[in-house]
Amino acid sequence: MPIKNNMDMKDKKTTYFDLFASFFRIGLFTFGGGYAMLPMLERECVESHDWATRDEILDYFAIAQCTPGVIAVNTATFIGSKERGALGAAIATLGVICPSIIIILIIASLITSFASLPAVGYAFNGIRVAVAVLILNAVIKLVKSNLRRPVSVVICVIACAASILFDLSPVIIVLSAGAAGIAYGYFGRRR
Amino acid sequence: MIYLQLFYEFFKTGLFAVGGGLATIPFLSAMTDKYTWFTKAQLADMIAVAESTPGPIGVNTATFAGYNAAGIPGAIIATLSLVLPSYIVILAISRALHKFRDNIYVNDAFGGLRPAATGLIAAACYSVMIIALSGTTLFGCIDLRHLILFALLLIATNIKRLKKLHPIVFIAVSAAAGIAFRL
Repeated sequence: MPIKNNMDMKDKKTTYFDLFASFFRIGLFTFGGGYAMLPMLERECVESHDWATRDEILDYFAIAQCTPGVIAVNTATFIGSKERGALGAAIATLGVICPSIIIILIIASLITSFASLPAVGYAFNGIRVAVAVLILNAVIKLVKSNLRRPVSVVICVIACAASILFDLSPVIIVLSAGAAGIAYGYFGRRR
Repeated sequence: MIYLQLFYEFFKTGLFAVGGGLATIPFLSAMTDKYTWFTKAQLADMIAVAESTPGPIGVNTATFAGYNAAGIPGAIIATLSLVLPSYIVILAISRALHKFRDNIYVNDAFGGLRPAATGLIAAACYSVMIIALSGTTLFGCIDLRHLILFALLLIATNIKRLKKLHPIVFIAVSAAAGIAFRL
């Protein structure tokens, strides 16, 4: 790694390899993403390396939830860019998604070759029921935390109905909801 | 050509799916209507695998969906396309983090986006439930055995002492039930 200047001499500069290895571990050892990865993030970024404070990690989480995309990926991009700029961000991001790509590819190829076994079919019929329950529980949690105002309930019901009844593209629904949020806020303040 | 379509669809998903991994499901569900890459039933299986393997759910599902659509190159393209928009957006705002978060219009927009994302995930949940409960006959009548398993799992996942268990436990139990009762 070429040393560019002596301004950061007191801190040992983070290497690209460190970024990749740390976020690879985070991707490898967290199940489920979202808040499930908070402990692992703290261990790698706060305790093992001096990349962020606990408060900063929580800040990243808050902002990652207000930006598009997967939260784990957003946090990796944040820390990578803070430590080593755009390239560091790319390397941290690749680090966090690499384990997923490897593991899923192995499982996907296994499933394709075993899919014709009747037992696998029965197992997946059972698994689909579990997935429906898990998503339903997630929806209940989201409803509790996101629908605190009457206007939120209206937007949620319209979005759900537009998707089920009219097969409207999620892109259109998301864009209109963002615009509705801005308009509601603007006229709400004017009154 | 399929690679370009994959790039387009997953870039769009990464750009508009707000609020984490589950928010990508409505987009994947919309893909089943447009392309023959995977069916809605396969989507439910992919979510199960994504929940039981390490890594963020959104990334896992994108890799799996890309693989089903176009093999290993498809998996890599889908995953990279999914994360590209976040990468660009985060790089753009990382210099002015707090300004972005405290911006009044950003906050207003998210006041609308979060409930909409909730509604979209609820709609995706509805289509997964239809598939899960109807068993092998797609959109046929609801299979009673599936409904019983559904009710039992719903109760089990909301009992205080079992709630904390990892989702993989419930997935494994229901896989076993599926084999035992030939669901």
